[in-house]
Amino acid sequence: MIDTLVGIVALTLAAGTPLVIAALGELVVERSGVLNLGVEGMMLIGAVAGFIVTVHTHMPWLGVAAAIVAGAAMALVFAIVAVSLQANQVASGLALSLLGIGLSAFVGQPYVAAVVDPIKAINWPPLSSLPVLGPLLFAYNPLVYVSVALAAGVHLFLLHSRAGLVLRAVGESPRSAHAIGYRVLAIRYAAVLFGGACAGLAGAYLSLAFTPLWSEGMTSGRGWIALALVVFATWRPYRVLLGAWLFGAVTLAQFQVQAAGIEIAPQLLAMLPYAATIVVLAWMSRDAAAIRRHSPASLGKPFHPQR
Amino acid sequence: MTHGNPRLELAGITKRYGDVVANDAIDLAVHAGEIHALLGENGAGKSTLSKIIYGVVRPDAGTLRWEGRAVEIASPGDARRLGIGMVFQHFSLFESLRVVDNIALGEDGPASGAALSASIRGISHAYGLPLDPSRYVHTMSVGERQRVEIVRCLLQSPKLLVMDEPTSVLTPQAVERLFATLRSLAAEGTAILYISHKLAEIRALCDRATILRDGRVTGECDPRAEDQASLARMMIGSDLPHPRHRAAIPGATMLAARALDLPAGDPFGTPLAGVDLDVRAGEIVGIAGISGNGQRELLAALSGERTTRADAVAIDGVGVGHLGIAARRRHGLAYVPEERQGRGAVPELSLADNTLLSASAQGLVRHGIVDRRATRARARDAIAAFRVKAAGPDALAETLSGGNLQKFILAREMQQSPKVLIAAQPTWGVDIGASAEIRQALVDLRDAGAAVLVVSEDLDELFEIADRIAVIARGRLSPAMPVTGTDPEAIGLAMAGEPGARAA
Repeated sequence: MIDTLVGIVALTLAAGTPLVIAALGELVVERSGVLNLGVEGMMLIGAVAGFIVTVHTHMPWLGVAAAIVAGAAMALVFAIVAVSLQANQVASGLALSLLGIGLSAFVGQPYVAAVVDPIKAINWPPLSSLPVLGPLLFAYNPLVYVSVALAAGVHLFLLHSRAGLVLRAVGESPRSAHAIGYRVLAIRYAAVLFGGACAGLAGAYLSLAFTPLWSEGMTSGRGWIALALVVFATWRPYRVLLGAWLFGAVTLAQFQVQAAGIEIAPQLLAMLPYAATIVVLAWMSRDAAAIRRHSPASLGKPFHPQR
Repeated sequence: MTHGNPRLELAGITKRYGDVVANDAIDLAVHAGEIHALLGENGAGKSTLSKIIYGVVRPDAGTLRWEGRAVEIASPGDARRLGIGMVFQHFSLFESLRVVDNIALGEDGPASGAALSASIRGISHAYGLPLDPSRYVHTMSVGERQRVEIVRCLLQSPKLLVMDEPTSVLTPQAVERLFATLRSLAAEGTAILYISHKLAEIRALCDRATILRDGRVTGECDPRAEDQASLARMMIGSDLPHPRHRAAIPGATMLAARALDLPAGDPFGTPLAGVDLDVRAGEIVGIAGISGNGQRELLAALSGERTTRADAVAIDGVGVGHLGIAARRRHGLAYVPEERQGRGAVPELSLADNTLLSASAQGLVRHGIVDRRATRARARDAIAAFRVKAAGPDALAETLSGGNLQKFILAREMQQSPKVLIAAQPTWGVDIGASAEIRQALVDLRDAGAAVLVVSEDLDELFEIADRIAVIARGRLSPAMPVTGTDPEAIGLAMAGEPGARAA
């Protein structure tokens, strides 16, 4: 019984990790007032870049680094169009996603049947072999720990550091931030690049750790879910973590139900993770004033420093 | 007067935006310990000049000298390092952050929360500007927000303090407190550049005045030695127009609110509680109050943007509380909202199209087809009636200046010969000449027998045109008192919601 529960927790975290990483990146982007809908595309580019580099070098961590760079490069394209040239952020972000989906499928074509050396779960002999605590705490993929550390880091940065304060100020009122002398566009660039790097990392986790292979469109919509998570988590890092894990848990539960042969239409079950995550996060964040306090007031609005 | 080098000296400062010359060879000198007024209408170039001084905007030509030596101010950071502090007209505050965070953002070095909070408390008490550093800005009144801006400047012990239209949103009492603070700062040797278009204030506060018109310096004087009329002449180039005003001859109640309750429209709004209001034909009722006290909710409830019980709002005796905007228009309501661009007019549409949007019921649409010719003729009439400066009925609304667009919107609403006209902040951000025309139009409409309701933060305006004044504070509306039976001080106390206001 305990072992089953531990197994469920472990799987939940493993399934939730790409969402955590991608959503935390997007959270920072949106807190700076920029809406980048290109997460799905940046994740796919990260996944395929990481996979290809690992196939050729047999060095999965080099693959991870490549994925981060590739995700950030995609984000740079978006930043040039949407931040510097002030194009519509929604349209540019959607275009970025479509670009990423198509480009990753094209580039990844020759690698569909390839195998890689995956990033393996850690194994620290005395700790990892402890009963219960071992698999519960000390036997995850390293990137799972990275995702938790990232949540803590983003939380500290946003709410307890001066740089985080400046970032929030830019997302709240770029005009005011500009008037007291902050470089709004530079700050937004940095945030967008960070978001791209996170999306790339999330993609690498999928193609190098979670399911170490490449297949076209392998993110299967996780980028979009990450976007929704940021909103339903009302732009707060720990809620992103919670929402992503909840999503992972309900996804697993849905498979359990199907495996147990319970007669529910599979389409309804497939809906469950989305519905459950939305309901829980919406219920948690029903305080309107708190939402206002945490949501970036100028989200999605381009800023022209010269006017 | 102070001798030696001025604290700040501008010579030949010029700034162009495209074809428009915002500042044309401006010379200006501000000395230590002096309160120097920069006087001019909206659009005269005052704000551009203040942005140049604070490093937000770079001049195209001209030099700045700080205590005698030429300097380049490339950023607000540079300005702060020299010792220049600035209080913006439209505050540069972040509503979702606490006071201490807002102030930390304006500091250059990293400051620890506790130490900064302590110095905020210290400074704010020393200058009689009490502030709680841990409060969120969105919970604060406009006057309190301004305190945050001022304290933010004072923490840096500025040698020059620039204040851009600081009193446009304050009650008379808050203005007095501000002036006391500024005088004590000047006595300590701080130079103050005080930007305003309010003549009375400048005469009460300032030692010197530089007057701007159309981007040029048109005069320098000692404002205490001038009278209001002479200052006005320098500022607008002609005599100040005064509306003709005679006693109202009120008729039947045309607009009424009865026990009107309305929950706040957004998390930072103010709910209305039991509002009673009567506006009779042939009178202007003014509603004074500091913004954020329920004006937005009251206007939404009266205009039909938000609906309530049928009998909570009545036009000409008919309960319309449950009806939407278009239905209320058919009952004779006209509405000039606060935001001209986006509420009063669609910025991207032509003036003719904007006419159509609010007057479609009145013969401009036949069998569902727009009568283009009639629509354009109607817009042309509106332009002519109010001498709106616009290229014609096809000019886009966004190309008009604030004052011209406001005149156009008012003209458009008046063309419908309304029984009731509601105007929110009708002259906010409008220059003096256009303001006078707008006020005159409101008075004329009243004399033609309409009931007029004006919601404004500008007490001078209300006392100029209103027959009765009510005060809205924290979502409650006081009974409307005849202007002849009250004065700005009493209204100001009621605006601040202070106890004892009733007795005044």
